Amino acid sequence: MKVLVAMSGGVDSSVAAAMMVDQGHEVLGVTLKLWSGPDGQAPTAGCCTVSDGEDARRVAAQLGIPYYVLDYSDVFMAGVVDRFIEDYAQGRTPNPCVECNRTIKFDRLLSQAAEFDVELVVTGHYAQVVERDGRWMLRRGVDLLKDQSYVLSMLGQDQLAKVRFPVGWLNKAETRELAAALSLRTADKAESQDICFVGDRDYRSFLSDVAPGVAVAGDFVDRDGSIIGQHDGYTNFTIGQRRGIGLALGEPHYVTAIDSTSATVTLGRKDDLAVRTVYASDASWVDGEPPVDPNVEAQFRAHGVAAPAMFWENGGEVEVRFAAPQTAIAAGQTIAFYQGDDVLGGAIITATSRD
Amino acid sequence: MYYVDHAATTPMRPEVWAAMEPFVADAFGNSSGSHGVSRRAKNALEEAREHAAGLIGARPLEIVFTGGGTEADNLAVKGACLAGDGIGGLVTSPTEHEAVLESAAFLERLGGRVSLVAVDDLGLVDPEAVAAMVDDQTAVVSIMLANNETGAIQPVGEVAAALHDRNVLIHSDAVQAFGTRRIDVDTLGVDLLSLAAHKFGGPRGVGLLFVREGSAIEAVIHGGGQELGRRSGTHNVMGAVGMATAMGLADKHRDDVVELVANERDAFETMLSQRLAGTGITVAAVERLASHSHISIPGIRNETLLVRLDRAGVAASAASACQSGAATVSHVLKAMGMTLDEARECLRVSFGWTTQPGDGGAVAKIVAQEVEALRS
Repeated sequence: MKVLVAMSGGVDSSVAAAMMVDQGHEVLGVTLKLWSGPDGQAPTAGCCTVSDGEDARRVAAQLGIPYYVLDYSDVFMAGVVDRFIEDYAQGRTPNPCVECNRTIKFDRLLSQAAEFDVELVVTGHYAQVVERDGRWMLRRGVDLLKDQSYVLSMLGQDQLAKVRFPVGWLNKAETRELAAALSLRTADKAESQDICFVGDRDYRSFLSDVAPGVAVAGDFVDRDGSIIGQHDGYTNFTIGQRRGIGLALGEPHYVTAIDSTSATVTLGRKDDLAVRTVYASDASWVDGEPPVDPNVEAQFRAHGVAAPAMFWENGGEVEVRFAAPQTAIAAGQTIAFYQGDDVLGGAIITATSRD
Repeated sequence: MYYVDHAATTPMRPEVWAAMEPFVADAFGNSSGSHGVSRRAKNALEEAREHAAGLIGARPLEIVFTGGGTEADNLAVKGACLAGDGIGGLVTSPTEHEAVLESAAFLERLGGRVSLVAVDDLGLVDPEAVAAMVDDQTAVVSIMLANNETGAIQPVGEVAAALHDRNVLIHSDAVQAFGTRRIDVDTLGVDLLSLAAHKFGGPRGVGLLFVREGSAIEAVIHGGGQELGRRSGTHNVMGAVGMATAMGLADKHRDDVVELVANERDAFETMLSQRLAGTGITVAAVERLASHSHISIPGIRNETLLVRLDRAGVAASAASACQSGAATVSHVLKAMGMTLDEARECLRVSFGWTTQPGDGGAVAKIVAQEVEALRS
């Protein structure tokens, strides 16, 4: 089979490529150039660096497969980075990895792969695609600490038919062992950053560089709406944040709400963060339609735990009621639905309620 | 495999390697020494210089060997602007090679003045417009002989003629042209001219700058004062020998190569246009290098097509090669007024001395097949 492996220059996609070669496929390695520095050149730190691209190229050469760099920087900027900035401007907490998977890797790249006459697109994600009774299933990776099914929860049947995640059957340690056994240069490479284009700095300094003016100053208010201080920009805060508030309030205070229209940040106590109901939109289902059984487990952080919940779906809008209150859920995040290790689908959180 | 990326670089002619080989191991001398080993190297270097000079109508001491075409361009542009007191002005065009444009940007950062003359939609400058931008602060005018992406020939002779009575140096980057164009620096009327050996069967990593006697240029690489202080560093003797040999062979075979590549280029364009309606030939309306074909295929992303062509055994190019390997939109096409989407539909096919009769048609057939597969 002709397969395309998206190679980031990390150990996971390196091993994924090696596994595909080992299985006898005709493999083509590509690196997506998603981000460039201000001068249009590949940056030397953060994501899409010169050295990451070189690692991918060298691994491809070692595996004896052709290798290309595909330039996705303009669609990445429009589809992921601009949306990331816009989400913060709206007082939400975005998950750009989900957006990148949705708009870049499993949309644009899948289309381009078809133009290369490639049958499968392979990445180094920790998740599993399996066929069961003629349907494609998405499951958690066996390594639950590395499992990335959450950021893939928007994939549907059309996409799952054309993608594979070979390292989803491995523990991270096994991936590294395999890389070492094959003497891949990426075997000992450090884990990548959570948000590739922000790099190892704070997202706030990224925002102030690329979107100065997005951080609008305003008031801190308490749960009753009384002004208790001033902040230097509501985009500097996320729901559940305790550090960096900069007010002497005696007891610990947490960010419980962000209102972008009035630029106010509401502070409260820990129990004010409790959420029982989540409203979400843009729902997408692995099976193309919501599951019949409304009893699911819902996960609202990339490496969080899925908690029992019930959901009601109506035209892409979802209401999720957790069996027990959850803490600190922010609008803009993805909520992924599971039954056991099977992914059912996902949606983007629009609002939460403590009731 | 059909190698149709001669504009990027060319395979070395075997005679060139034969001439260079003795200098890899046996004749290893530093040409600046005073013993026999060194003399042999020095003699070979000066013979190469004489040979190279003769092939472009220059005198031997007007040849400065460099580490390639990019360095030659840097030396020409920076060297002319930084000679003497202050920083002289530069007049150039937006379709020059990055070696010139980035040197220009560097000079601007130092406080120098850079004037970019407009180009038309085929990338050509108007000699009168170039001359009109020159003032008494201008140190050098840099206009390439032929564009590396499209192959379009600039009116360098006319630019030089329009400025013949002005106190300004005329530089031309002729890197892309030498393989298929006879160059005489006096006929052309230039003071500075850049060449790179690897574009016509010579080794990569060596080039030269012709510097007309009496032209003031500052060195870019300072050190032991080799090349009359214009380019320091222990001489790359085997490189210079390889370059001069390649120049000689290019000159000797030029008429045959031009006939061959023009035939194949024309066959390629004719066949492709017949097979694929809507195929555009970017600079068909002007004089262009016989080796270059720059085409646009509506609705086909060059990035995708190049991957398919690679797999089908055709080595072509989107534009000039870029460091990261990503296909990016060229500044040349942008300056010619192309939109991002138009530029992404362009393909460069360039023939050269290893091209075989029939290659043009064969490549056209493969390109057409791949495009048809993408359109189906």
